[in-house]
Amino acid sequence: MTKPAGDAVFGPTHTHAGAVAEGGVVGTGGAGKIDGLARITGAAQFVDDMVLPRMVHAKLLRSPHPHARIVSIDTSAAQATPGVVGIMVGTDLPIRHGAIPVAQDETALAIDKVRYVGEPVACVAATSEEVARSAARAIQVVYEAIDPVLSIDHALDPDKPLIHPDARKPSNVLRRVFQSYGDVDAGFEAADAVLEEIYEYPGSTHVPLEAHAALASADPDGGLTIWSSTQNPHYVHKTLARVLELRPADIRLIKPAVGAGYGGKCDTFVSDLCAAHLSIKLQRPVKLALEREEVFYAHRGRHRTRMWLKMGMKKDGTITAIDFKAWADGGAYASYGVVTAYYLGVFLTLPYVIDHVRFTTIRVYTNHPPCGPKRGHGAIQPRFALELHIDRLAEQLGLDPVDVRLAQLVQPDTETVNGLRITSVGLRECIERVVEASGYRDKVGQLGEGRGIGLASSAYMCGALHGVYPDELPHSGVQLQLDRSGRVTIFAGTADVGQGSTHMLATIVAERLGIDTSICTVIEGDTELTPVDLGSYSSRVTFMAGNAAVQAADRARAMIFDAVSDHLGCTPDDLTAHGGAIHWGDQQVPWAEACVLAESKHGTLGTEGSYKPPRIGSRFRRQSVGPSPAYSFTAQVAEVTVDPETGISRVDQMWCAHDLGRVLHPEIAEGQVEGCVYMGVGEAMLEDQTYQDGVMTTPSILEYRIPTVYDTPPIHTLLIESHDPGGPFGAKEVGEGPQLSTVPAIGIALHDATGCWLERPPYTPDRVLRALEGKPARHRPLPPDIIPRRRKD
Amino acid sequence: MLKLSLTVNGERVCCAVPAHTSLLDLLREDLRLTGTKHGCDLGDCGACTVLVDGKPRLSCISLAATCEGQEITTVEGLAAPGELHPIQAALHRHVGAQCGYCTPGIAVRLSALFDENPAPDEAAIHDALGANICRCTGYTKILAAAAEVAGLKP
Repeated sequence: MTKPAGDAVFGPTHTHAGAVAEGGVVGTGGAGKIDGLARITGAAQFVDDMVLPRMVHAKLLRSPHPHARIVSIDTSAAQATPGVVGIMVGTDLPIRHGAIPVAQDETALAIDKVRYVGEPVACVAATSEEVARSAARAIQVVYEAIDPVLSIDHALDPDKPLIHPDARKPSNVLRRVFQSYGDVDAGFEAADAVLEEIYEYPGSTHVPLEAHAALASADPDGGLTIWSSTQNPHYVHKTLARVLELRPADIRLIKPAVGAGYGGKCDTFVSDLCAAHLSIKLQRPVKLALEREEVFYAHRGRHRTRMWLKMGMKKDGTITAIDFKAWADGGAYASYGVVTAYYLGVFLTLPYVIDHVRFTTIRVYTNHPPCGPKRGHGAIQPRFALELHIDRLAEQLGLDPVDVRLAQLVQPDTETVNGLRITSVGLRECIERVVEASGYRDKVGQLGEGRGIGLASSAYMCGALHGVYPDELPHSGVQLQLDRSGRVTIFAGTADVGQGSTHMLATIVAERLGIDTSICTVIEGDTELTPVDLGSYSSRVTFMAGNAAVQAADRARAMIFDAVSDHLGCTPDDLTAHGGAIHWGDQQVPWAEACVLAESKHGTLGTEGSYKPPRIGSRFRRQSVGPSPAYSFTAQVAEVTVDPETGISRVDQMWCAHDLGRVLHPEIAEGQVEGCVYMGVGEAMLEDQTYQDGVMTTPSILEYRIPTVYDTPPIHTLLIESHDPGGPFGAKEVGEGPQLSTVPAIGIALHDATGCWLERPPYTPDRVLRALEGKPARHRPLPPDIIPRRRKD
Repeated sequence: MLKLSLTVNGERVCCAVPAHTSLLDLLREDLRLTGTKHGCDLGDCGACTVLVDGKPRLSCISLAATCEGQEITTVEGLAAPGELHPIQAALHRHVGAQCGYCTPGIAVRLSALFDENPAPDEAAIHDALGANICRCTGYTKILAAAAEVAGLKP
């Protein structure tokens, strides 16, 4: 088998797969996605749709206390319930796990103590959901309450109890990050105006419409198959092996259709671990599907974050320096919180050139459900503060805030002060296009009382250079199987949770082979069949799995061209692939026939491709979180109306221009932008995850206010192509970045409408009225920015 | 147990269920029509929408017992086998389904709208979708698909 030379080493800096063939599939739409009809007809099988012979159902008992010692658990009444077949408690699976190797602080079920209201304590398997539910309620747990840690201030109070007293280095601070670049103090001295303000960003949660669920089936010949509603099959697979003490090779994890995640299904959940354990113990299939209220406790959503920002600006608008502090309430467990602490700071240097930047971020533990990665992970909160701040300083200095931005955009092929390598940048075009489309120049300051318009911009990563586990392995793998019928089967460990990565893979492979996507099948997210992909997080899939698909397809193409050139009597270089055939001048060989020629010459046809991010040296050894092979850019404009009598505000329209490198499929890409803007509108206007004495105030879809069709403004999407040199066909991410500038654009528009700066979303009528009445925001004194020394323990 | 006789997607169904069984559980668990989804079990999200005698109904908060003698249509019965309802075809072309979990409920809800009014205006489409949560799309592509079926100019 011949393989093209030069790509044996992973991670070339430039893997751009070149031009799109005439009549090619990249960039074409209007015909849905290859797996679209299954979802529209109800045929797609989600975990909860599956039933296996002898299957039993599992239900959980959860903690009513935010912080308590478990004195005893009496399961006898549950055990005696007819229909109950198995019960497990925390000590049945004592091995700790966690998303990040340095912060493994969770167990499947609570052991010895509970750390948030809603934490799972026991699990019951029974012949019906109803029996399992009532038996779980019959379990008697005696608790001894511990003083709860219910705020960032509590977490930094050295007299409050430790949430994880038996950790290696016990502290209620999971991670503090301090980084400084340039000379920040000199930067402030060079400024004509310096402004410091306090901001607060609310907590919010993903609310995927499909609740987390797992169905596990132990195999009598050894091993376990588990279907999990997950974004990260590989990490869940790894965690299951660790906690269940099985060889990874003995676990098959399958990701069936998943009803979205938005970051909420990145972790390994109690459903995965308990279904797996009980299935092995009982030797029968066990399904554990969370109920809606439980999804709110599973959480892993946006960290409620308090922020302090100081920025200096010259009379010409140049930002001279930034000093930033953030404190994030992370809830009871680490999840991805170590990464959150970095993301709160490292992207301050994008998308504007700022040479003097310093930040301190602190991610604490509290007795709330654990926070984690939600769309725009960690970058949403500082972006909100920073964009508002730019407008405030521009206003002080009498400058146009859009021109201020345009004058200091990061440039292609440069490096930021904190060592982020920038490749393609389409932000100037994003800003110009969105300003034009929205009529911003004619509207700003001129819409009349109660109406306003605002612009914000942002940048986001296309996957992380460094995986969660430090190793030399590829981040994405794709294998192709070419059948003599012409069918191309694409095997990838990716997790399509609705974003369209299945169609993305088919598009890329079809384009390189000159065929239609309808002759491609994608088998994805199955650890027994598909090569590893690290998962649907950090906006990495198009960039990384896409590049692996390019490599696999190019290797297949080389084999096809080799055989067809023999047949036609030309050289492989003479051939092109398009329109379902291989062409040499006027002669052509239809695709299926070309496959037969290649199989005849080479034997069974299969290729593989891998992607590992390029090794980009950084000047900063500590800078391992934040660097990405490429960055996407966004500019958006919000238009709002405020009723000054009631404070009721609404977003009338949103315009969003996003530099995604290259459009692979227009409707899918637009849909990602629209979904981001929608989720941002929710965070700006409605969603606020609050707690009263540790009890979540809104654990239902009625109480937790998700935007309905009435709350969602028309969203005008502009896709901007900057052709990234490293992206597959030049493509970058589109699934998260557009959300970053939504909330600040709305905040800035509300200022245009009211003259008030609203430093704390969501912009509910009470907050807007307070601001309109001239009352200052209620900011509590800021917490300390160092980790206080504990007096005892 | 309660004996029930009803029509589901044109087929006569006779069954016996506990009196407190929801219509959703009857459809999903007893009849294995899993196209209709559990979203919240509280009537908050619309994922479980089906038609009862042609009218949209939240099946998670409807008792199966109240459907005696009635005609139920689920997403599986929106069109003849192998065919698509026009709203399904439009949702497909516009990529109105991302994760697809809300989609059966939305397709069923919109089919009821078009049955009632083949040419609804934008406001009527909004009103029809008011009780269906979609967390992926921002509704934009769903509205575009519905507008196309309604014959509204984009």
